[in-house]
Amino acid sequence: MTEATNNEQLFEYVVRIADNALVTGQRLGEWVGHGPELEEDLALANFALDYIGQARALYTYAGEIEGAGRSEDDLAFLRDSHEFRNVLLVEQPNGDFAQTIARQFLFEAYYLRLLDALASSNDERLAAIAARAVKEIRYHLRHTRQWVIRLGDGTGESQRRMQDAIDRLWQYTGEMCTADDIDSWAAESGIGPVPESLRDDWNAFVDDALSEATLARPGNEWMASGGKEGRHTEHHGYLLAEMQFLQRAYPNSTW
Amino acid sequence: MYTQGLDQRGDGKAAADRPELLARFQEKVDAEEKIEPKDWMPAEYRKTLVRQISQHAHSEIVGMLPEGNWITRAPTLKRKAILLAKVQDEAGHGLYLYSAAETLGVSRDELVEQLLTGKAKYSSIFNYPTLTWADIGAIGWLVDGAAIMNQIPLCRCSYGPYARAMVRICKEESFHQRQGYEIMLMLSRGTDAQKDMAQDALNRWWWPSLMMFGPGDADSKHTAQSMAWKIKRFTNDELRQKFVDVTVPQAEFLGLKVPDPDLRWNEETGHYEFGEIDWEEFYQVLKGNGPCNRERLEARQKAHDEGAWVREAAAAYADKQARRRAAA
Amino acid sequence: MDRKHWPLFEVFIRSRAGLSHRHVGSLHAADADMALDHARDLYTRRSEGVSIWVIDSKSIVASDPDDNPELFEPAEDKIYRHPTFYEVPDGVENL
Repeated sequence: MTEATNNEQLFEYVVRIADNALVTGQRLGEWVGHGPELEEDLALANFALDYIGQARALYTYAGEIEGAGRSEDDLAFLRDSHEFRNVLLVEQPNGDFAQTIARQFLFEAYYLRLLDALASSNDERLAAIAARAVKEIRYHLRHTRQWVIRLGDGTGESQRRMQDAIDRLWQYTGEMCTADDIDSWAAESGIGPVPESLRDDWNAFVDDALSEATLARPGNEWMASGGKEGRHTEHHGYLLAEMQFLQRAYPNSTW
Repeated sequence: MYTQGLDQRGDGKAAADRPELLARFQEKVDAEEKIEPKDWMPAEYRKTLVRQISQHAHSEIVGMLPEGNWITRAPTLKRKAILLAKVQDEAGHGLYLYSAAETLGVSRDELVEQLLTGKAKYSSIFNYPTLTWADIGAIGWLVDGAAIMNQIPLCRCSYGPYARAMVRICKEESFHQRQGYEIMLMLSRGTDAQKDMAQDALNRWWWPSLMMFGPGDADSKHTAQSMAWKIKRFTNDELRQKFVDVTVPQAEFLGLKVPDPDLRWNEETGHYEFGEIDWEEFYQVLKGNGPCNRERLEARQKAHDEGAWVREAAAAYADKQARRRAAA
Repeated sequence: MDRKHWPLFEVFIRSRAGLSHRHVGSLHAADADMALDHARDLYTRRSEGVSIWVIDSKSIVASDPDDNPELFEPAEDKIYRHPTFYEVPDGVENL
C-alpha cells in the first residue's frame, strides 16, 4: 500500500473516534443546567468536557494526517452529516436520565476497551491520546455503571425506565464491535484492535452489570448499522444544525 | 456539625432579651472574629444570612441557564470547552453556597422549594435573554465583573462558612471575567457583523449590569444593619461607582460605545458620572415581569420534577444496600 | 427508613501527600460511593486533591461552644508547654 492510501485510511480511522467523542460531548452538554440533582449536573458537565477534550486532540491529529490544512474546528463544524463517522448509538437523544445513562454505559463499555487497546497502538500519537483518555473513561464508566445499578435496583419506576432505555438502545450496540474495511485495515497495520475481539469482554461486562441491576438483557439480536459509513438516524441532522450554526451563518470569522 | 438538624441554640428569642449575648456577639464581630455555625447569633443575623446566601446560591444556579443556552452552539471547540467549564463552575458555586446556607439550619430542599415557589429571589440579571454569542462575552465581562466586585468584600464576611465559600468562589471566578472579555475582544476585532454583535450585546447588558448592585443607598433597606454585622463592607452605590470606573476604559479599549449619553469623566472627583438608572425596569423584573422570568423558573421546575424519580431511586437503592449490609 | 432526600456528607481533602485531610465543605449524595464521586467533581476540579474522605454529617460529634470555658481555657495558662517559655542562654546551640 502506498503512503497516500495509508494516510487516507488513518485519517478515516482517527476521525471516526473523534466523531464519537464530539457527538457524545455535544449530547452531554445539553444536560448542563437540567440535571436531576445539582451534583449530578456537575458530573455530566465533567464528562462532556472530557469528551470535547478528546475530540479536539483527535481532530487536530486527523487534520495533520490529512495535510490539507483543516483545523479541529473545520472538521467539527464544516462537515455535513454524511461525512460524520460516529456510531448511531452516541447520536441518540438524551431522553430521560435513564436513557442517557444507558447510552453512556453501553458506549463506554466499548470505548474503554477500544482505548485500552489503542494505548498500545503502533501509532504513537494515537497511543498517547488513548492513554490519556483511558483514565477519563474508566472513571466515567465506574460512575455510569453505578447509576445503571441504582436505577435498575431502585424503585419500580426507575427499573421500568432503565429497562426501557436498555431495550430501546440495544439495536445500536452491534455496530461498535463489527469490523468494516477501515477497522480491518487498522487491525492489520497494528494501529487498532480487531473490533470483534472486544465483544466477549463487552458482553461479560454488560451482562454482569445488568444482572446486578436486576435488568434483563434484551432478546432482540437485530442490529442497526450505518454510522461508520455516514448513514445516520434523523437525530443527527438536528444535532449538527445546532452545533454548527455559528460557523455556517458567519463563515470565515475568528471566534 | 453542618447538618440540617443543627441546634438553633435558642436564638429564636428576641435579641433584646439576651443583652449580654448580643453584646458579646457584636464585640466578636467588631474585633473581626468569625462567627461559626454553633455560636450564638441574633435571629435577625441568621435570617439575613440565610436570605443573602440562598439568593446568591439561587443566582448561580439560575445563571447557568442563559449561558447554558450556548454550550451546544459555541462557535469553536475551545469556546465550547471553556463555556462548559465555566457553567460547571457556576453549579459548583451554587453548591458551595447551599452548603454554607445549610450550616445555618435550613435544608437544601427548603431552599430549592423557596426558589421554585418564587418566595426566594435571585439576581434579576438572569431574567434577560442571551440572544447572540456576544451575550456570552458580555455576561462574562460585565455580569461576572459586577459579581466579582460584590463578592470580593464578602470573602471577609463575619460568618465563617460564607466567607470560606466566597474565598473559593472568587478564586475560580476571575477566569470567568477574563474569558468573557476575550470573547468581546475577538468579536470587536472581527468582521463587521461580529462588531455589531458585540456592540448590541453591550447595549443590552450595560444597564442591567449596573442594576446588579441593587437599589441606591437611599432606598436600600438592609445596608446599615448588614454593614454593622460585617456581612457587607461597601454600599451599593460605592460598588456601582467602582464598577463603572473600571469598566468604561475596558469598553473604550474594545472600541465599543457605552450606551449612556450622560457618561462623562469628572476630573475633580476622579470618577465617571453616569446617567439615571431606570429603577422602574429593575422593580418590574424583580416582580417577575422581566423578559425571561417565567422561562427560568419553568426550566428549574422541570429539572426538579423530572429528576424526582432519579433522586428517589438512588435513595431507595441506598436503603436496600444498607439493609443488605445489616443482614449480612 | 424511607428517605426521599439525599443526606448531607462532609468532605475532607488531602491537597498533597504529606498534608492531612482538611474539611472543605459538604454535599448531598444518596450513598457514600456517590458522595465520593461528587466530592471529586465538586472539590477537585482544579487538581486540589490527591485523596478524599467523605462522612455522613450526622456521624460527626462536635463540642458545644457553651463548653468552651471548661474545654479550652484551662490550657491557656499552661504557658510552660510552649518552647518560647524557656530562656536559652547565648552561646548554647542545638537546643
